[in-house]
Amino acid sequence: MRYLPLSDADRAAMLDVIGVSSVDALFADVPEAARLSGPVEGLPLHASELAVERQLAALARRNLSAADAPFFLGAGAYRHHVPASVDHLIQRGEFLTSYTPYQPEIAQGTLQVLFEFQTQVARLLGCDVANASMYDGSTACWEAIVMARRITRRGKAILSGGLHPHYVSTARTMAKFTGDVLETSVPRLDGTAEGEMARLIAAIDDETSCVVVQNPGILGRIADLSELAEACHAKGALLVAVVTEVVSLGAIKSPGEMGADIVVGEGQGLGVGLQFGGPHVGLFATRDKYVRQMPGRLCGQTTDAEGKRGFVLTLSTREQHIRREKATSNICTNSGLCALAFSIHMTLLGEAGLTRLAALNHANAVAAAERLAKVAGVELMTDTFFNEFTLRLNRPSRPIVRTLAENGVLAGVSLGRLYPGEAALENGLLVCVTETTTTDDVEALATALEEVLA
Amino acid sequence: MTINPSGWRPDQGEAGGANEAATVTGNRALMLEEPLLFEIGGLDRTGVDFDEPVAAPNRLGGLARTSIGLPGLSEPEAVRHYTRLSRQNYAIDLGLFPLGSCTMKHNPRLNEKVARLPGFADIHPLAPVDSVQGALAVIHLVGEWLKTLTGMPGIAMTPKAGAHGELCGLLAIRAALEARGDARSVVLVPESAHGTNPATAAFCGYAVENIPATAEGRVDLAALQGRLGPDVAAVMITNPNTCGLFERDMIAIGEAVHAVGAFLYCDGANFNAIVGRVRPGDLGVDAMHINLHKTFSTPHGGGGPGSGPVVFSEALAPFAPLPFVEKDGDTYRLVEEETVEEHHGQAFGRMCAFQGQMGMFTRAAAYMLSHGADGLRQVSGDAVLNANYILRSLSDVLEAPFEASGPCMHEALFSDAGFGGGLSTLDIAKGLIDEGFHPMTMYFPLVVHGAMLIEPTETESKATLDQFIAALRGLAERAKAGDASLKAAPVFAPRRRLDETAAARKPVLGWRND
Repeated sequence: MRYLPLSDADRAAMLDVIGVSSVDALFADVPEAARLSGPVEGLPLHASELAVERQLAALARRNLSAADAPFFLGAGAYRHHVPASVDHLIQRGEFLTSYTPYQPEIAQGTLQVLFEFQTQVARLLGCDVANASMYDGSTACWEAIVMARRITRRGKAILSGGLHPHYVSTARTMAKFTGDVLETSVPRLDGTAEGEMARLIAAIDDETSCVVVQNPGILGRIADLSELAEACHAKGALLVAVVTEVVSLGAIKSPGEMGADIVVGEGQGLGVGLQFGGPHVGLFATRDKYVRQMPGRLCGQTTDAEGKRGFVLTLSTREQHIRREKATSNICTNSGLCALAFSIHMTLLGEAGLTRLAALNHANAVAAAERLAKVAGVELMTDTFFNEFTLRLNRPSRPIVRTLAENGVLAGVSLGRLYPGEAALENGLLVCVTETTTTDDVEALATALEEVLA
Repeated sequence: MTINPSGWRPDQGEAGGANEAATVTGNRALMLEEPLLFEIGGLDRTGVDFDEPVAAPNRLGGLARTSIGLPGLSEPEAVRHYTRLSRQNYAIDLGLFPLGSCTMKHNPRLNEKVARLPGFADIHPLAPVDSVQGALAVIHLVGEWLKTLTGMPGIAMTPKAGAHGELCGLLAIRAALEARGDARSVVLVPESAHGTNPATAAFCGYAVENIPATAEGRVDLAALQGRLGPDVAAVMITNPNTCGLFERDMIAIGEAVHAVGAFLYCDGANFNAIVGRVRPGDLGVDAMHINLHKTFSTPHGGGGPGSGPVVFSEALAPFAPLPFVEKDGDTYRLVEEETVEEHHGQAFGRMCAFQGQMGMFTRAAAYMLSHGADGLRQVSGDAVLNANYILRSLSDVLEAPFEASGPCMHEALFSDAGFGGGLSTLDIAKGLIDEGFHPMTMYFPLVVHGAMLIEPTETESKATLDQFIAALRGLAERAKAGDASLKAAPVFAPRRRLDETAAARKPVLGWRND
C-alpha cells in the first residue's frame, strides 16, 4: 500500500510499546456485533497507480469537455482562459497541503494571500470590506439573506425574478426551516430590467429585510440598482446584490457603487474553472458598519512580538467553535485554495487586464448576438447585456440543446431546464460568449440552429 | 535519530543575532520578506496578453465602470510574489501535522492529476447529461462506496463541507418529522461534540441542549436516556468522539433515541478512524456526514474547499436533497427538478447551485480505488495504532486524562496538568513550531483543561513519530520545570507571536492607501 509507511516490523514494535497483541485489539471498544472481521464486502481490493489512472481517464473520456466543442454555456458558471501559472502556483505543496491558518506564525503565506484577496474582492464588488470566501455564490446569497435578517430584525426577503433559479431554490430550502418568508417570482422573457426594478420597489414594505437582485440578471439584463437601493433604505431594508459572472465587474459599475449593502458573488470565473459545478468560490462583501455581522472567515493585519507586520484570522468570536449555538452561521471553512487561484488570476490581470478581458467578452458577445439574431426562428430578447443574452426560439429549447449536443455543439442553457413547468419560458435559450469563443464557434452554432429550426 | 544536531537551545538567545540585525532588506537568505501586492503592483501592469476586441457597439446600458483600484503584476513578478509567500507556510508536504479532529494526511498527487483531466475539470454543471456520463459515473461510484462502507442505503452528495453536511442531515431529519406531522423542538448535543453541531442545530431552528460527558470521556448514557422525550428531534453524536474515544454505548444510544421517535445523527468527521472496520449503519445511525476531504484525502489548501456527503438510513433516504444521480442500466441520470414527483417527491430541496464538489469526488474516487476495501481497513488500523503509540509513549510526561478509558482511536488526548511557571498548552504549541512541527489541536475538546489533541494519521512513519515524541517530551519536561524561555517561542518562524487581541479590537481587513 504505497501511501502507508509502516512495515510489519514497525507495527510489531509499536504494539509492544502499547502492550496489546494486535491492531484489532485496539478496536475492543467497538461492540463486537458491529465489528467487521475482514475487508467490507462488495468493494474491490487495492489497485496500482497506473490501473487507477487508466480507469478514471476512461471515465473522463466519456465527457465532452468544453475545449472539444463550440461552447456557449453560462447561467452561473463561466468558462474563461486561466493563465498556466495560476494552476502551477496553487499546486505548490506549501499552499496546496497547508492547513487553515490557526497558527499564524507559520501560515503567513496563506494569511497574506487572504488579506490581499479580501482587498481585491472588496474593490471589485465596490464595498468596504470582504471576507476570506464562502463555499459558492448560492450559499453566500443565502447567508446574505440571513445576515440581513440579523441586522434589520425583519424576516421577509424579496427575491428578484432575475436571480438564478438555483440560488432561489437554495434560499427556499433554508427558509423552510428558519421561518423566513421569501417572495419569489420568475423572469419575464419579454420584460426589461427597468420593469423588474419598478416591480421590486413597489413590493418593499415595513416587513422587508432585504431585496435580493442579481446583476446582470439570469437572462443577462443589466440594471441600474441606484433607485432600488434608495427605495430599500427609505423603508429600512437592505439591498443584497448578487454577481454570478465576476468578469462582468471589469465592464459594469459595481453593485456597491450603486448602493448595495451586501454584495455576494460567484468567483469561479477567475482562476477556478467550471469543475462540473464545484468547487467554486463564494464572494461576500459589505459595508464597514456590518463587519461583525458578516459570516465566514476574516483575515486581519496585526504585528508580532518584534513589531513586524503580520496577519491573523480575526473576529472569530462570531464563529461556531467559540459561540456554538449562538454563532452567526455554521460555516466552518472557506474555499481557501479557490480563493488563492482567484487572487492569483486577479493579480495577473490587474485592473488593466481585467478591463481588457471584460471588453473582449462584451465585444464577442455583441457580435455573436447580432449574428444569431439573424437565424430564422431566433429572436434576441436581451437589450442590455454583458457576455450572456437570451434568445427566443420558435419552439421549446430544451430538446434543441440536446440535439445540438449530440451533434457536438454545446449550445447554451435552456430556460426549460432552469424553469421546468414555466410554459412562458420554455422557448428561451441562454447563450454565453467569452474570450474563449471563436467566430468559428459562433458560426457553428448559427449553422446548427438554422438546420434544426428550419 | 538525532534532533537539533547543532545543539542550539532557545535559552541561549537568538542564533546569529548580529547577522540578522545587519541585513538591510529584512530578508534572511532563503527566507524573503514579501510586500503586499498593493505595494509592488501597478494599475497599468498586467501579466496577461489578450487579442484585440472586435469592433462592436456597447450594450452595457450606460453603466460602464470607470475605475476599480486593482493593481497587477507581470507574470515573472506574480510567480515570485506567490512563490515567496508559499515559503512562509508550514504544509503536510514539509512535515507532520498532528492536528486532532482535522486529519491532515499525505495528499497523493495522482488525485490531483485525475481531477485536472479536462473531461472532469472543464465540463459545465448544466451540460446536457448525455455529454457528461463519465462525470455522473464518478459521482455515482463515490456514492456507492460511501453507502457500502457505512452500511447505509441513502446518500446526498451535494453538501460542500462537513458543516454543510450537518445542515443537510438535520434538514432531512426535520423534513421526515414534518412528513409524519410530528413537530419537535429540541436537539441534544453532548458537550464533547464538534462546535459546528450546536451551531447547525440552532441554525435549523432547534433549541440546543447539552448532554454531559462521563468521567471516562464518553456520553453519559443515563443522562441522555433521562432527557429523551417526545420533544427531541435528534441527538447529534460525534463517534469516535472528540476525546479520541469510541462511544461504547452507541447501539444502546441508537435504541434509546429511536424508542422516543427521534433520529440519531452522527458527526462523521472522524470516520477515518473506523473506515473499513465498522459500518455506522450497524450502530443505528440515521444520518452521518463524511468529511470526504479528510477520510478520502483532498488537500486542505489553507482552509478548503471541502466536501461533506451525507449517508442516510432507510427512514431518511427519501428526503435527501436535489440534485442527485440515478443509474438506469448503463445510463446515468441527474435528477434535478423539484417537480419530478415520481422520483423523489419528498426531497427537502436544494442546498447549493449545482451538484456538489466534483473536484473532490474525483480525488476521492482515485483514493478509494487506490486503497481498495483492504487498504482502507489498513488505513484505520494504522491511524489508530499510531495514535495509541503516541499516547503510550508520552503518558509518563503528559497527563492523559482518559488513558484508563481504553485504547484511543485515531487521536491521543493530553492536558496541561502539572506545568509550572504559568506555562500552558499554547507555549508547548509554539515550542513545537521551533522544533519543526505544526502544533497539535489546542484547547479542544473543551471538557479537558489545556487540551492537546494529537492525530498523527496513518501516513506517518515510525521514525517521524519517534522524532515528534522526543520533541514533545523535551517540551513537556521544560514546561513542567517552568522554563520561562518557552514563553518566547517561536523564535525561528517567519513571525514571532502575533498580537491577535489588537487585530480583533481594531480590525484592519484590507489594504488602504494611507
